[in-house]
Amino acid sequence: MELSEHIKTANVEDVTLRRPFHPALRGTLCVTSHHLLFSDRKDEASWQLLILLKNIDAIEKRAVGSSGTITIKCKDLLVLQLEIPGMEECLNIASSIEALSSLESVTEMYPFFYRPSHLTLNGPWGLSSTEQYYKQTERLWDRWRVSTVNSDYSVCPSYPSAVIVPREVDDDKLIHSARFRQGGRFPVLSYCHHRNGMVIMRSSQPLTGANKKRCKEDELLLQAVIDGSELGYIIDLRSAQQAQQARMTGGGFESKSFYSHWKRIHRHHERGKVVQESLIKLVEACSDPSHSVDRWLSKLENSKWLSHVHSALSTAGLVVECVERDGHSVLVHGSEGTDNTLLVSSLAQLILDPASRTVTGFLCLLEREWIQAGHPFQQRCAHSAYSHARLKQECPIFLLLLDCVWQVWRQFPLALEFSEALLLRLAQEVYASNYGTFLCNSEQERCAAGVKENTHCLFQSLLRPDIEEQYLNPLYEPTDLAIWPSVHPQSLQLWTGLFLRWTEYAQNMEEAREEVWSIVKEHHEQAGPDRTNNTLSTHCDTLTSFENLMDELTIL
Amino acid sequence: HTHIYTVEQVKLLDRFSNKSVTGTLHLTATHLIFVESNSTSAQEIWILHHHIASVEKLSLTTSGCPLLIQCRNFRLVHFVIPRERDCHDIYSSLLRLLRPVSYDELYAFSYNPKQNDQEREEGWQLIDLAAEFERMGVPCDQWQLTDVNREYKVCKTYPRDLYVPITASKPIIVGSSKFRSKGRFPVLTYFYQEKKAAVCRCSQPLSGFSARCLEDEHMLQAISKANHNSRYIYVMDTRPKLNALANRAAGKGYENEDNYSNIRFQFVGIENIHVMRGSLQKLLEVVGTRSLSMTDYLVGLENSGWLRHIKAIMDAAIFLAKAVTVEGASVLVHCSDGWDRTAQVCALGSLLMDPYYRTIKGFMVLIEKDWISFGHKFADRCDQLDPDPKEVSPIFTQFLECVWQLTEQFPQAFEFSEWFLIQIHEHVHSCQFGNFLGNSQRQREDLQLKERTYSLWAHLLSEKQNYLNPLFSPSVAESHPVLEPSTQAYHFKFWRNMYNQYDRSMHPRQSILKHVLTLQESKRELEGTVQALKTKLQKFGVSTSPLKPQTPPRERSLPPRPQSLILGAPLLSRKEVQQEEDKEVFGEEAREDAPASTGGERTVEGSSATENGYGELMGSFGSKNEPGVVTLEFGVARMTC
Repeated sequence: MELSEHIKTANVEDVTLRRPFHPALRGTLCVTSHHLLFSDRKDEASWQLLILLKNIDAIEKRAVGSSGTITIKCKDLLVLQLEIPGMEECLNIASSIEALSSLESVTEMYPFFYRPSHLTLNGPWGLSSTEQYYKQTERLWDRWRVSTVNSDYSVCPSYPSAVIVPREVDDDKLIHSARFRQGGRFPVLSYCHHRNGMVIMRSSQPLTGANKKRCKEDELLLQAVIDGSELGYIIDLRSAQQAQQARMTGGGFESKSFYSHWKRIHRHHERGKVVQESLIKLVEACSDPSHSVDRWLSKLENSKWLSHVHSALSTAGLVVECVERDGHSVLVHGSEGTDNTLLVSSLAQLILDPASRTVTGFLCLLEREWIQAGHPFQQRCAHSAYSHARLKQECPIFLLLLDCVWQVWRQFPLALEFSEALLLRLAQEVYASNYGTFLCNSEQERCAAGVKENTHCLFQSLLRPDIEEQYLNPLYEPTDLAIWPSVHPQSLQLWTGLFLRWTEYAQNMEEAREEVWSIVKEHHEQAGPDRTNNTLSTHCDTLTSFENLMDELTIL
Repeated sequence: HTHIYTVEQVKLLDRFSNKSVTGTLHLTATHLIFVESNSTSAQEIWILHHHIASVEKLSLTTSGCPLLIQCRNFRLVHFVIPRERDCHDIYSSLLRLLRPVSYDELYAFSYNPKQNDQEREEGWQLIDLAAEFERMGVPCDQWQLTDVNREYKVCKTYPRDLYVPITASKPIIVGSSKFRSKGRFPVLTYFYQEKKAAVCRCSQPLSGFSARCLEDEHMLQAISKANHNSRYIYVMDTRPKLNALANRAAGKGYENEDNYSNIRFQFVGIENIHVMRGSLQKLLEVVGTRSLSMTDYLVGLENSGWLRHIKAIMDAAIFLAKAVTVEGASVLVHCSDGWDRTAQVCALGSLLMDPYYRTIKGFMVLIEKDWISFGHKFADRCDQLDPDPKEVSPIFTQFLECVWQLTEQFPQAFEFSEWFLIQIHEHVHSCQFGNFLGNSQRQREDLQLKERTYSLWAHLLSEKQNYLNPLFSPSVAESHPVLEPSTQAYHFKFWRNMYNQYDRSMHPRQSILKHVLTLQESKRELEGTVQALKTKLQKFGVSTSPLKPQTPPRERSLPPRPQSLILGAPLLSRKEVQQEEDKEVFGEEAREDAPASTGGERTVEGSSATENGYGELMGSFGSKNEPGVVTLEFGVARMTC
């Protein structure tokens, strides 16, 4: 069926649009295959609202006399109301939105139709590949290699075609290890610490099962990681009890007797539905302005969202502690190794690695650790906080990552090159986007659907100089140090920028931010056209030479 | 300082981890001082005796005798003293020092900041309340200064100078004062010139179940008549209705609307001092818990009720400000005695209405007027002397917190930053300056505070640059003189920098505020230097075309962060900072601006792993700082060397 067949009424005049904290507007409403367009059709300065249908999470219809009201709840948490004259038009529009906002086929989605004039489809897609990353990272060359054992995605369907593994482990061993790991996700390198060469590995759980099966190749693979005599840590993102229970269903954990050089630490992390429900509860609490302080605190607590933030940052801190302070390598996994595993390993890198705190570095990190590493975006982000649809595989783990990054930014406002605006943009794009970056669940699927040939890459577009500027942190001053966030509950806060984005709260904060910008800019300008970050020292140097000159003059 | 006692090899334990440092404990006549013996980082902790709320000697352990000290500025220190004898001596000396029996023993009477008499006098003259009323436009055709309380005869707890409606004659005033608890009759505290509306304050009427007083009724009538904008005045009883009803049985109570023409009576429901004291206690218990989970934190925050009370005060102030600025009505505010909740609501309401009170000087004036002069019982509430535990209550702290909540909502509206509020809080309890001593103006005069002690305001103004809010915009104040805060629940946040101010591991590692302040400061300095150099150059007849920097730009270090979280410490000059860095990077906590070349531990300040509570790992670290091998059994890490 053609997409346009879903559209029974394409245009309605005299529609009233209501948004929070804005006066109501009258205008024309238009439904296309991928968008909802509202235009107030004033002669001059006409105002338009364009919403991707994919961004719509839920709609509610209500009849008022002969006209109808549609409430649109978006995945970026915006809530709109449309008053449509004529019941039939209203129902038609509603059913079009319902059908077109829940398309299942990837190639029908908007990124396959988005063709802006300033972008071309030729040229490389994405920022980097495994091979490129390896080439750029000299410290890996000695002990690590790129394996293409998964080039046809047969060893592990959710891994990219190339992965980084210990040099001394051959592809055959990898294949055996993959059979011993859920979904074939055998241990691969995630990060190698620039200061001591210690690594963070990630994988899925081993399939030891009830009979305590073992796999020699898997053991050798991990042995090769820590090079014999040392000690490594396995951070298991389940409680010890959950890990035990997993054996009943064929999963399990690395037993001490077979992995004698590895110490296991269990950290319980919620996953799947529980986290999705947290988001739903939190958003619900944020959207009811009538709460008393007590009720608000109780709802905030009840949502458990901040508890998830707390555990994610704590475990990331634990990983960093092992790698940076104690000098040990770490293997992180939970069950599938596609959700919390990625959350923890990427947060640890943000804390450890100054390179991942620049705009480019951060986007590369997301590309490597989330897109290529096979986080199932399409399943996880099918719905957001408002949907009434029965939950399937939805889980806002990526949103949780962005929240954790925001918390780090709050505590180290000078250490990240990007600003909150980038995080907010990503939070929006991951649910509905013009770009192909977050489509599909794995590299294999992206290949099959032709994503790289037929869509534009979000990250590339964010890095265009004119765009990137909006996402820069004016206060950025690079630091080489690890930035350990405090994880006391008192140090963590609700991410108001996201969850209260559409309330009046945002405005004063926005003004203050602009003020900071202007103060800092003034400084940059004084530094001269080169706009260096080292404004003050430049000044000092200028003055020193001035002073030297003065001294000479005085002597003369 | 007179040295009383010195104990070596004392351990100071961190309250959130098992970390400890060893040092020497000194007890002087005024301070308890801990000096860390590690020569490279050598932190010093000075605790004023007046700041100590309680001392507790815990039972003997193998490593020594623990001494737990809780301070009124929310510091909590835990010493372990090797010998029980020493511990006992310190403990009993402290107990003696903690309980000054007369005002003369307070620190303010021995504190000498090396100022001469004239400087001291000037300090006291900084704040002039007569000038403040003049600024508001009083006296005017409707309001006048009355000398009825010149000798403190009508009301002992009021100041000498009081402002009343022109039409309120002396008999009316005296009659009204007899009908009000503690003689605190209705007087003017703020005048909103634009609408000629007044904010007045008093105590509860002695109405019982049916008593009335014609003079008091006349008094309210006079207040109403002084404002032509509105035919009625609001009477705000800041207590919960139930409390006011209960007071009737004791011959007190609230105004009967039938007896007073043209009043609109309103309860606003702020709880009493005992509830507030209990609430703060619960709050401190929660945020002082070790390895606190997010759930326990949020549940504890809710159960303490603290933020609910803060919101109640804010709601009342907003009601007051709206009545005055929008309706142009005058408002009379009272509670029971009119020195706690009334002070909170009047002061906060005025702050919402008048941008002047949101400046540094204006805020001092506001405190001097609504709190000090109108007789908030600082001595009793802050436990200065011979304490009655039932009188202690964090009423003023709540006011400071309300202001902080506003600074969070309106980042550009205040000339000062939260450090100003925290510093004031520190000194309300320090008894180092004369301003907050005693319970009333009369008592302060008896104590001759102006002759014998120094004023806090002069001290704070001398280090004003530390308290500036770089985002302050006077133009915003001009365009939006009246603040209209939102009272949505999510705006009320826990004030970590107040209640956990000494728990350094908890605070953000880098501060936008300090960064921007430093930028501005150095900009000013550089501009000054450039100007000076230009003039010099001109003297030599050299044209001043801009010079290009000749050396490549260096890596710039991050702005200095004062050691104390009470950022009262003056901004350090560059040279000092460099020394600071050299000193500190070798310590366990490397600073954020540690030069990369030195071999200090490469983590950012305060964020060393042991402090952050990444669960079990930190739980069992010993006091040793040497990096060691971590061995794990059953998921619990231990340090071995």
